[in-house]
Amino acid sequence: MGAQPLSAAGSVSVTLTYAQAAASALAAAMQSDPRIVALGEDLGRGGVFGQYTLDGQPLAARFGPDRIIDTPISEANIMGAAVGMALAGLKPVVEMRVIDFALCGMDELVNQAAKNRYMFGGQGRVPLVARMPIGIWTASAAQHSQSLEAWFAHLPGLVVTCPATPQDNHGLLTSALACGDPVVYLEHKELWSTSGTVDRSVIVPLGRARIARPGRTLTLVTWSRMLLEALAAADELARDGIDVEVIDLRTLWPWDRDTVLESVGRTGRLLVAHEAVQVAGFGAEIAATVAEELGCPVKRLGAPRIPVGYAPTLEAEARIGAGKIAGAVRGWLA
Amino acid sequence: MAGGTGPADRATRLRGLFRTMARIRAFEDAAEVASQGGVSAWGLQASGTPARVRGPLHLSTGQEAVAAGVCANLRRDDLLTSTHRGHGHTLAKGADMTAMMCELFGRASGTNGGKGGSMHIADFSVGMLGANGVVAAGIPIATGAAHALKLAGTDRIVCCFFGDGAINRGPFLEGLNWAQVYHLPVLFVCEDNRIAATTPTGTMTAGGGAIARAAAMGLTTASVDGNDVEAVDDAAGRLIDRVRAGQPALLHAVTYRFKGHVSVDPGRYRDPAEVERALLDDPLERARERLAALGLGEDARAMRDAARTEVDSALAAAEAAPFPDPSMAYTDVLDCGAGRWT
Repeated sequence: MGAQPLSAAGSVSVTLTYAQAAASALAAAMQSDPRIVALGEDLGRGGVFGQYTLDGQPLAARFGPDRIIDTPISEANIMGAAVGMALAGLKPVVEMRVIDFALCGMDELVNQAAKNRYMFGGQGRVPLVARMPIGIWTASAAQHSQSLEAWFAHLPGLVVTCPATPQDNHGLLTSALACGDPVVYLEHKELWSTSGTVDRSVIVPLGRARIARPGRTLTLVTWSRMLLEALAAADELARDGIDVEVIDLRTLWPWDRDTVLESVGRTGRLLVAHEAVQVAGFGAEIAATVAEELGCPVKRLGAPRIPVGYAPTLEAEARIGAGKIAGAVRGWLA
Repeated sequence: MAGGTGPADRATRLRGLFRTMARIRAFEDAAEVASQGGVSAWGLQASGTPARVRGPLHLSTGQEAVAAGVCANLRRDDLLTSTHRGHGHTLAKGADMTAMMCELFGRASGTNGGKGGSMHIADFSVGMLGANGVVAAGIPIATGAAHALKLAGTDRIVCCFFGDGAINRGPFLEGLNWAQVYHLPVLFVCEDNRIAATTPTGTMTAGGGAIARAAAMGLTTASVDGNDVEAVDDAAGRLIDRVRAGQPALLHAVTYRFKGHVSVDPGRYRDPAEVERALLDDPLERARERLAALGLGEDARAMRDAARTEVDSALAAAEAAPFPDPSMAYTDVLDCGAGRWT
C-alpha cells in the first residue's frame, strides 16, 4: 500500500517542510490551471506559517496579487466569496489560518459550499479547497487548539482530508485542487516545520489510506499529527514484542474502509487514536464500522471532553501522546 | 435606463416593465393558492388536501417593481444572487416560468430538478445563481462572483438582492467592505419591505440603515420609491453604469410586503390600517395608471391576462410533471466517494 510513484523516470525527490510541500503543490497547480486563486489573510507576504512561500519568495511575487489575494479579516466573506468565485468559474483555495477562525465562516461552508451543487440540481459546482489547520498548537489555549474534523466528516457534500507528512501535503493538496468538489483540507498547526522527502511526481489520491508501518498484533488507525505519536508508540511497543500495524487514514471522507477492514481482518483488533475529543469523534465511526463488519474487538483513544487549557499541566491533559497510545495497547493486551 | 428618452421610448420601456411585474404577480398569486392547506401553521388548520407547493413559500407580492426595475438594466450574462423571497428576481432575470413552477411543485422538470424548491430556486442559464434560505448569505457569494468577473476582465456585473433584515447580519458589512476594497462590479439592492420576518425592521435597526452603512464605506448609493417601477428602473440604470465601470454601488428601494412572512401566514401581527394603506399603493396599479395615461390601458389589461394564461399553463405542466426518481437523491452530492452513503 501507499503512495506509488507514477513514473520512476519522472520522480525527483527533494527534502521539504510540510509548509513548503503545500506551497510547492499549489504553485505547480496554479502554473498549469489559471482558474486557481488563493485568498485569505496575510497571504501576500507568504502566509503566516510560510505555507504560501516557495524558495524563499512569497507566491504572490510569482503569481501576483490577483491570484494570491490578501483579504480583510472577514472569514465569512472569504469563505462566501470563494463560493461565488467557484460558481463563476474559478477554483479558489481558502486560507483560514486556523480552523478555530473558520468557525466565523460556517454558514458559507456548511449551508452554501457543501450544498450548492446539490440544491441547485447540478447547475453549478463549488470546487474550493478550504485550508483550515487543526490541532493543539503549543500554549495557544482553547480557541487556537481544536481538532474539528468530525464535524465536517458528518456533512454531506464535503471531502475531508488530513495530511500528516510533507509527501502527503504535496500529494493530497494536488488531488484536492483537481477534485472539483469542496474539500475541507485540514493541515496540522504543529506540522508546518516538520520535514521529509517529497517526490513531486507521486499522486496521492483522496480516499486512500496508507499503511505507515506493517504489523501483525493490532491495527492502529490514526491521522494528522497523531501519526507521529502512533509510530513512536509502535516503536516502543515493538521492543516488547508487540507488533502494531499503523494506518494513516489521510482522508476522513471518503475514508478507506477497504484498507482498514483488510488490516483488522488480519490483526483481529482495532485501536483508533486521534487528537480530537473522543466523544463523537471520527474514531467512533471507524470503530463501529469495524465492529459491524468484522465483529472484532475495537477501542478508541481520543482527548477527554475538555477545552484545551493554557498551562502546560492543563494542555498535557488534552494531548494524546505516544505514551498514552502505548499504554492503551499494553492495557488492552495484558 | 436603456434606450432613448422620447415618449414612444418611454411607453415601450414601461410596457416591458409592466409585463414583468404582471408575470411576477400572476406567478406569486398562483403559487400562493397552490401552497394552501397542506400544513397546519400560523393558527390555520390544514385542509386535508395536500398542498402542491409544500414547505415555506415566501411571496414577493407587492414588491414586483423592485425586481422588474432593477433587472431591466441587467444583461443575460450578468449574474444575480437572491433571497428566500426570490421568485420575482428569478423571473425578471429571464428564467422560464414553467420550469420555475415545476420547481415549486418539486418536479423533476424544475429548474433545480426538484432538489431546491422555492427557497433555493436558481437558473444558471440566465445567470441566476440562486435564492438562499439564509438571510444575507447571498452577499458574500455575490462579491466572490464579482471578484471572478473582474479577474476575467469582462464588463459583466453581479446584482445582489437582499432584504432590510439582512443589513443587521455581519456578512452585509463584510461584503460591502470587500466589494469596495477590491473595486468590484456589484450592485447591492436592499429591497426594503419594512419588515424582517414578523418584526418591523425599524425597531431593530440602529442609525441610518442601509444607505448610511454603505455610504460609511464609500459606496455610491441611491434611495428610491420601490413601488415606482420607472423610478427604480432609472435609479438602477444610473448606478449600473458606474458598477459596469468597476465601482460597487447600493440601491435602497422601499416597498411593502403585501403577504405574511410565508404564504400561510396571515400576518396578523401587522397594523390593519398600515396594510390597508399599503394595498392602496400597489406598484402594479401605479404602473397601469401610467400606461393608461399614455393610452395603453388596453395593453396593460392584455398583458395581465396573458400573464394569467401563461401561469395557468405553467400550473398545468407542473401538475402533470413527475416527481424526481428517488435515485436522484444520490446525484450531484460529490464525485469523490460517490456511491458511499454510509
